[in-house]
Amino acid sequence: MLEAYFPLIIMVVFGFAVAFIFMLLSQWLGARRGTKEKQTVYESGMVPYGNARERFSVKFYLVAVSFIVFDIEVVFLYPWAIQFKELGIVPFIAVLIFIAILFIGYFYEYKKGGLKWD
Amino acid sequence: MSLTFLFFGILAVLAIATAVICVSNKNPVVSAMALVAHFFMLAGLYLTLQAQFIAILQILIYAGAIMVLVIFVIMLLNLGDEEKLREKTKYRKILASLLGIGFIAMLCSVYLGGGLGNKATSPMAITIGAPAALGKELFTNYLFAFEAIALLLLTAIIGAVVLAKRKVD
Amino acid sequence: MNDLLLTIIEVLIKGMVLVTFILLGAAVQVYLERKISAFIQGRIGPNRAGPFGLLQPFADVIKLFMKEDIFPKLAFKRFHQFAPVISMGIAIVVYAVIPFADPVKITMADGTVKEIVMGVAPNLNIGILFILAMTSVGVYGLTLAGWSSNSKYSLLGGLRSAAQMISYELSMGLAIIGVLMICGSFSLSDIVTHQKGWFWHWNIFAQPLAFIIFMVSSFAEMNRTPFDLPEAEPELVGGYNTEYSGMKFGMFFLAEYSNMATGSILLILLFFGGWHLPFPQEWLGLQTGSIALGIVQLAVFLFKLLAVIFFIIWVRWTVPRFRYDQLMHMGWRMLLPLALLNIAVTGIILFII
Repeated sequence: MLEAYFPLIIMVVFGFAVAFIFMLLSQWLGARRGTKEKQTVYESGMVPYGNARERFSVKFYLVAVSFIVFDIEVVFLYPWAIQFKELGIVPFIAVLIFIAILFIGYFYEYKKGGLKWD
Repeated sequence: MSLTFLFFGILAVLAIATAVICVSNKNPVVSAMALVAHFFMLAGLYLTLQAQFIAILQILIYAGAIMVLVIFVIMLLNLGDEEKLREKTKYRKILASLLGIGFIAMLCSVYLGGGLGNKATSPMAITIGAPAALGKELFTNYLFAFEAIALLLLTAIIGAVVLAKRKVD
Repeated sequence: MNDLLLTIIEVLIKGMVLVTFILLGAAVQVYLERKISAFIQGRIGPNRAGPFGLLQPFADVIKLFMKEDIFPKLAFKRFHQFAPVISMGIAIVVYAVIPFADPVKITMADGTVKEIVMGVAPNLNIGILFILAMTSVGVYGLTLAGWSSNSKYSLLGGLRSAAQMISYELSMGLAIIGVLMICGSFSLSDIVTHQKGWFWHWNIFAQPLAFIIFMVSSFAEMNRTPFDLPEAEPELVGGYNTEYSGMKFGMFFLAEYSNMATGSILLILLFFGGWHLPFPQEWLGLQTGSIALGIVQLAVFLFKLLAVIFFIIWVRWTVPRFRYDQLMHMGWRMLLPLALLNIAVTGIILFII
């Protein structure tokens, strides 16, 4: 089984190696005349104000949590989907119940305004 | 067989290295990224165990979803000054090292006792890693557990909404 | 061990061909984009470098390599260097599981027949999941680029892209389930083989709703207009790559165009029958596994790829950008329930017929 995955693993190493070489090339080939002004961050020509790493809205956090929950749902459906024809009607009904239960959670979040972006 | 062993060796060393970086580094974002790298190594280790579907889920769920949340939380809290986060109390460190030593001792005892290594892989173990076989098993013998997971996930959604949507007065 | 060495050499050769394909493809895409946008806006477009400006992308790349590589003073240097590597590395790695044609059989000098797979590892039984997993890891490239630059625009762009990508990944994953139910395999070559014959065997006719959901989500995953909010120029200057210069900026650029190609390839493989002609390929009278058939299939594949890329560019210069709240509403309130509905309806229909 692992033998079949061997090309994949080589390709992963190879792909990142190529990207890494590109990064090194860009550092070696480019000119280097860093001045103080050049190294400040862009802020529409103004002198940068404060630190950029401020706290940000909790909405992003809620999106990430909902994503985890629904992503796990999707992942559970994958092995069922490729076996759909072999498994028959009972697992299909089980999957419908599964989706329905999670849809309750989705509906709750919807009504609470969790999916609203304002 | 030697190929598998070679892979296991490389991946195990890298996995331990990334795990050490994750625990020891002071910057939380570096720790989180080291953990992502660690999950990749774990996925590789699952491949050596013939568990291909679990390997890909390790990347899809842990590296791709849960660590995104962790990164968000690190950025959200903006833990600028790590001096404030330094553990004041010593007892946790002592407890953690004791547990660590215990765990290593347990692994050694299993290994020396011959519990690992010489066992032949059962034919079941080779086929069950494939997604199709896993699906067949999950949707016939473990159907109830599958439905119970839906309820577990439901509580997770509700908990997240209740926490994040609370009015702050 | 000899086999092992052969495999390594074979994969490295294929990998180099793929990287060349990606780089050339990006050049072609950039050229097409500039020419088509010029045509749509009534301009001429690049016409100085070479005939019809054909050498323009190469001039751009040389310029990018020679540009100064600037670090913002307060940046987190390691991640600032490493973020483009993640983005571009993942853009390359994704090609590992993509098949480009049916396997070609070659008779060796000693009479043995060797089957050459057109792709690095297209027969793995986790194929499409690997692509999904890699795109979900690709979020880190953009987020880290935004975070490490320590610039407000970059951070906003990085966060936006992360939230957008994870939102649309869901509907993308759910849309694929409909296709998987029909084809019964994760392997992309199996999915394509399932669609051979007449063009009405293509999945787009069996799964029209999944196709629309998948297409919209892949637009969002590729950060293409109308979903290019991570780099919305008028508001965020350039988003996550504001503080990048030289080839590091170029690497993000390259990764973006490479992802555009990947998205189009996925659309073709999943919904448009891959490398199959719209009529049974037996009519050509070519033997299965022959080199001629392989070339025809590659040509069909490239033609479909160019058509889809043309469509994507056309959309970019026609449709205005979404607002961020509209984008999130569409992902979570429209596409997600629709995709769930699609699964239920597909299941019921498959049971009836």
